[in-house]
Formats: sequence, structure tokens, C-alpha cells
Amino acid sequence: MTDVAIVGIGIHPFGRTDGVSGLQQGVHAAKEALSDAEIEWKDIEFAYGGSSAAGSADTMVSELGLTGVPFMNVSNGCATGGSALLSAYTTIKSGQFDIGMAVGFDKHPRGAFNADPEAAGLQKWYGETGLMLTTQFFGMKIQRYMHDYGITSDALALVAEKAFNNGSLNPNAWRRDPVSKEDILNGMMVSDPLTKFMFCSPAEGAVALILCRADIASKFTTKPLYLKGAAFRSRPLGSFEVFSPSLEIERGPSPTVGAAKATFEMAGISHEDIDLAQLQDTESGAEIMHMAENGFCKDGDQEKMLQDGDTNIDGKLPVNTDGGCIANGEPVGASGLRQVYENCVQLRGAAGKRQVPNNPKTAYTHVYGAPGISACTIITN
Amino acid sequence: MSTQKPIADNLFTWPSDSPKLIGSKDTETGRYFFPAKNSNHHEKVELSNKGKLWTWTVQRFLPKTPYIEQVAPEDFKPYAVGYIELPGEIMVESRLVGIDPKELEIGMEMELTIEPFVKNEEGEELLIFAFKPSVN
Repeated sequence: MTDVAIVGIGIHPFGRTDGVSGLQQGVHAAKEALSDAEIEWKDIEFAYGGSSAAGSADTMVSELGLTGVPFMNVSNGCATGGSALLSAYTTIKSGQFDIGMAVGFDKHPRGAFNADPEAAGLQKWYGETGLMLTTQFFGMKIQRYMHDYGITSDALALVAEKAFNNGSLNPNAWRRDPVSKEDILNGMMVSDPLTKFMFCSPAEGAVALILCRADIASKFTTKPLYLKGAAFRSRPLGSFEVFSPSLEIERGPSPTVGAAKATFEMAGISHEDIDLAQLQDTESGAEIMHMAENGFCKDGDQEKMLQDGDTNIDGKLPVNTDGGCIANGEPVGASGLRQVYENCVQLRGAAGKRQVPNNPKTAYTHVYGAPGISACTIITN
Repeated sequence: MSTQKPIADNLFTWPSDSPKLIGSKDTETGRYFFPAKNSNHHEKVELSNKGKLWTWTVQRFLPKTPYIEQVAPEDFKPYAVGYIELPGEIMVESRLVGIDPKELEIGMEMELTIEPFVKNEEGEELLIFAFKPSVN
């Protein structure tokens, strides 16, 4: 069976773009990816795409061209982009098609996400009484983790400080001004122990990727990258997830643990081979917990790693080199593909001021979201 | 005094001198659920009204819909939320009352209380469950 290569990447800057719909941002990213691969829309044999709040991806054909291409909509919450990518990967692996596109985009209103208890399989009182907020879940999960493993608020602030620093080096990021650790710690408390600077915000943006059979990749680019592993998991029994009126006393692993393990096994490489990683940082605490859940360190080791700068761009394992969700915001349908886009830029050596030094060769992504889903990838050059 | 009623049916025993949360137990696996599940292999159970605080946070901004408290953002009073581990049963998510959030500590002993929340259109006071620090 053939390997799968990524030969084209495109992005619409993240943040707020008034007057441009989420779909239009998706079209922008798609056109940029086509141009990057030096092909035309008519060359695309299939596409997967989705958004959570900005419409159906397949309607993009009216802008991109009515070629009759099979364009499948993907709707999988925060893993929408990851699921589109995984679907594209499987489609090429199966031999059905040789070249296709995965695209994710979104545009959310300002402020926290509105939650609908009944759509989430919950009773109305849960939302009515003020328990159904993602921000509470993140506060409570890291609160317990800090208690169990000795992580401090200082570490939470270091994660956010790094995100803003990296975002300041990324022209496509939303938040491009550094924020000091002190300002982060003294920022308005949103859900203890997390201040407003430690949270990402719903936002806008789009990413498109062109994938093809590895054996034809050199037709499109001199620097093909290879998608070596990609896996998706939903929550196992005992995981601590958002919107849970109750939890099992016996704690179990998160969906991330299973997705990470499957991805590494599929790629046939070990954690030591990873040169940089993009890990879901819905808030600072998430990045810290995800470092361990993805197997990059033991629980509790993050405190020293952060104090030592290990996850900075010039550290031992750079994490969220484009500023992550904290600096880019969270357009749900696009976030997972943004991570892959950033890894492609880094592995091409084209990341400019935020370039990870020493020619990184292998990069990892991890996306996580409600109601307990996780998708990971490993890309090599 | 206005009429009071639970915000939802089958959430806690009411009226009662010693109210309890209503959960269910899977008769095949022995696992507890809250709120109770309707299933032919679930039996309704009254959950323990005492437990330990497992984790907590504070809701510091006025939630959007479906939150039903009618209040201006500047008048909103932050409230604490946490999970209470009911020994041998399950952990339930709940508001935490009767304590300054600064005093909250993981592991502290908590007990169930029923609290007035908001009035509905008929003027009835809706009751919710919450946990407060145990007195002894």
C-alpha cells in the first residue's frame, strides 16, 4: 500500500475577519493550498471538509468549481479537521483516489460557546442551573491535576506566556502581542485557577491541505511531507470530560491516551523521534495535561520542563510553535488542521522567525474536544 | 411564602426532612448513574448525602443561555462548582454553597443541601441541589 503525502497547504489567517464568512475563509484556504501544490481544483479527485458553526463545506464547490467532485461533509466537534484529514488519508490508502483535499473552517460569535443540554444528551436543568460551561470543566480538571501532581499557577502562566510569544512571531495568528507572566497571573479570573489570558477564545479561520499518493508527490512539490500516523478516539470509561453531571469514582485514561498510542503504533516511531508537537491548548492547563496524556513526559514533570523552557521554540520539545489555540483562537472546525499546517511549515523549514532550529524531521499534532474526542497525527519529511 | 418545587422531577427526594439525590444503579454492572437512567436494568437509588470534595472551580462570569437566572452582568454573583465523591457510589457535579471559595479545599467533607434558585413565570420558587461543608 502506498504512503500518503501532503503536497499543498493553505490557510486563512485566524482571529476576526469581519465581512468574510467562514465558508469564504475556507475557499481562501483551499485556493492557497491548490496554488501551493501548483494544481487546479479540477485536479482534485475528492474532498472532505467541515465546520461546526459556519455551514456545509461541500457548498464550497460553487466558488471552487462545479467539477462533480465527491465532497463529503464532516462534523465531529473539535475533531472535525482531524476527522477530515483521517478520512482523506484512508481514502488514498484504500486506493480509491490518488489526490484530494481536507479542509476545515469556522466562524464563531464572540464569548463562550452556547451549550444545548438536550443536543448533548443531557437534561435541561443541567444547563439552566449554570453547570454546563466548558470553562468550568477546564478549571476543575486542571485544579485536580495541580493537586495530584504539584503543578503551580506559575506553570499555567508560563504556557500562556509562551503561546503569546510564539503568536507574536506568526503572521497568521490572532494574538500577536506578547503578554508577561505577571499580567497573565494577574488577569481577570475566569474559572479558578485559570485567568482570561490562559484561555483561548472562539474565533475564525480556515486551513486546507492537499494529500496524494506518496509515489506521485514529487509531481507537485520538491518537499513532500508524509502523513505516517493518524488516529482518532472517543472517550473510554472513567475519563473526565466536559458536560458530565457525574463521573465514575474509578478514574480512567482520557481519549487522548488511546489516540496517541494508536498514532505512534501506526507510524512505527517513538516519542524520542518527535522534534516538535502541537498539543490542544484550549487553556494553559490543557497543554500541561496533554504533554503527559500524549506520553511526552510523566505526570508532574511538566513543572520543571516549563520552568526550564523545554517546550519553547528553542527547547528540547517545542510545543505549539504557532501560538496554539491561546494565540490563534479556536475556530472549532479549523483548529486541528491548523496544527498540521504549522507542522508542515516547520518541516519545510519555512517558519521564519518561529522556525524550530536544527532541521526538524518529525512532528506531532493532537486535538481534543467535547464530548471526549481526540485525534493525533505524525508527519515526517 | 411562595410555593417551592424542584427544578426538575426525579432529581432529588422532595419534600423531605433528609433529601437525597436520586440516582440509578445498573443491576448488571453495579455502576451508579446520576441523574438516574431509565432502563429495565437500572434500579432507582437514593445517593449518599455526604461526600468529599474532589475538585472545584468558580463560575465568575454570567453564563449565557440556557442559564435561567435573570440578572444584569454587573449584579451577577460568582458561584462555586465542584465534584463531590459519594463514597462507593459516584462523583456528582454540584454547586457549592455556604463557604467562601477561598476556603475550598480538595478532600473536605461536604453534605447535600436544597437551595432556592430562581422563580418561574408562575411565581414558584425553583429548588436546586447543592453541597455545603459538613458541620461535623
